[in-house]
Amino acid sequence: MAQALVQVRGVSKSYYRDSLEIPVLRNISFDIPEGEFLALMGPSGSGKTTLLNLISGIDQPSGGDLVVAGENIARMSEGQLAKWRSQHIGLVFQFYNLLPVLTAFENVELPLLLYKLSKADRRKRVETALTIVGLGDRMDHYPRQLSGGQEQRVAIARAIVTDPTLLLADEPTGDLDKVSAEEIMTLLSRLNKEFNKTIVMVTHDPRAAEKAHSIRNLDKGELA
Amino acid sequence: MIPASYTFRNVTKHKVTSTLTIFGVGLVVFVFTAVLMLAHGLFATLVATGSDDNVVIIRKASQSEVTSIIMREQADIVSTFPEIKLGQDNKPLFTNELYVLISLVKRDDDGSSNVTVRGVTEKSMEMRPDIKILEGRMYQPGTAEIIAGKSISNRFKGCKVGEQVRFGSRDWTVVGVFDAAGSAFDSEIWGDIEQMMDAFRRPVYSSLTMKLNDPASLAAVTSRIEGDLRLQLEAKPEKEYYAAQSTATTQFIMIVGVAICIIFSFGAIVGAMITMYAAVANRTKEIGTLRSLGFSRLAILRTFLFESFVISLAGGIIGLAGASFLRFVEVSTVNFNTFSELAFNFRLNGPTIISAIVFAVVMGFLGGFLPAVRASRLKIVDSLRAT
Repeated sequence: MAQALVQVRGVSKSYYRDSLEIPVLRNISFDIPEGEFLALMGPSGSGKTTLLNLISGIDQPSGGDLVVAGENIARMSEGQLAKWRSQHIGLVFQFYNLLPVLTAFENVELPLLLYKLSKADRRKRVETALTIVGLGDRMDHYPRQLSGGQEQRVAIARAIVTDPTLLLADEPTGDLDKVSAEEIMTLLSRLNKEFNKTIVMVTHDPRAAEKAHSIRNLDKGELA
Repeated sequence: MIPASYTFRNVTKHKVTSTLTIFGVGLVVFVFTAVLMLAHGLFATLVATGSDDNVVIIRKASQSEVTSIIMREQADIVSTFPEIKLGQDNKPLFTNELYVLISLVKRDDDGSSNVTVRGVTEKSMEMRPDIKILEGRMYQPGTAEIIAGKSISNRFKGCKVGEQVRFGSRDWTVVGVFDAAGSAFDSEIWGDIEQMMDAFRRPVYSSLTMKLNDPASLAAVTSRIEGDLRLQLEAKPEKEYYAAQSTATTQFIMIVGVAICIIFSFGAIVGAMITMYAAVANRTKEIGTLRSLGFSRLAILRTFLFESFVISLAGGIIGLAGASFLRFVEVSTVNFNTFSELAFNFRLNGPTIISAIVFAVVMGFLGGFLPAVRASRLKIVDSLRAT
């Protein structure tokens, strides 16, 4: 049997307020196979976003191992993690997190600036990514000139432009109306089916979770 | 690398804070540049007063012509030195001059100030070819006629062509105004030395000036003077002599001016720091996003330092541009070495431009460093939670 793309082994995470330890995740273990579309669900404060942050390498576990694409990121330094993220992870945020002073094209181009690519290569990739999300005609628009749904699609284009190993989305429909949310979920499904992208999505929305292949529930820092 | 357009657009996006910070840095750079231009203007004016192949001789240990006394016999001996170049008339290019300070009334405020009167010979003009009669004519030797430097003519009563001015118990008629090409001679009044010595009852000269056949023969002149016990004199290249005249005043301007600028610069640095801290606070989420995309701490540090650099450079350029207009302003001050009024212009030169820009950039760096470090040290998870 092929090795899972993501292996979570006994991962725990605690935060400290003064000297008081606040456990957020307790001894979590599970695998995510390649090509999976997983929805992480659970009530607020259950540790969904924390788990997503650990898998994406923007935070580090207090204990346990996290092997993603064959590398144990729990043991990486911050510098190594930054480089690893740029190569393997595409992130989609609830509030899009686009840089307001950059155009849609420039926002999508950002992750490519960490690669040694010619300007022409970057342009080609950005145009492809924006075409996939259906915004080929809005490349020169600034975020303020786009609707919420369009902004989120730009954010998805930014997440896929480097062709990452893993696409991680934190409440991608949380700030959108019903129609836009539906469009975004359709787009993520398409990325999973047509482009075989492995997706881990945190959501509160059961309709969004329906698009996923599997659902895992977290409660009080443990897998339910 | 985070694109430079991100920095430029953020600077222009926050117009009010950026403009105020740029203005603050610009103001300090303006003052700093003005001080350097002032000091350089004074120095350049006095250096321009000398010619490369002219040598000034004054009494040994005298710092300037004001305290120098040279006997006629001593002048006669020096005038025979073979190193002296001959003029077109085959006579030595050598002049003995008298230097006297008088008090004249200013045109604009009725206040008085010390003005240099120089008794000169027929060779004085020939040895300083940059000096030209601008208006009127040369004085007639043996008469109470004088010519005034253009700065003196403009600023003191009785010094325009046709007017009379009283000093040395005589009334002197101004028959000409001369242009000394921005040198210290512009701030002098010239007349026949014999008439001046008689009027001031001074039977001695203040200085001797000779033009050398070859500037390298200064050593020969020096050794000739030192070898003759009758000559308790000292020879200096004219440029060096006048440059030394600027030292005390230039140093005073520099010390006071730069001290003021350093105090001002604290204000500008704090201003830049507040602006950059505000930028970091307003863009915490963007910093988190950039870091989550894979940009390193160093990339964030560099971006915010670059923003501070752009703001300070803009301030520097604006301050420098504003100060450059001071070139058209003529100011006057008392030369601390001669106690006479000296008019000069603010002058902008390469080192001043470089110093002003470096000063601005250093202010930007000092103001931007701590906020940039703060930006680079933000935890990604915390910054993504920022609103």
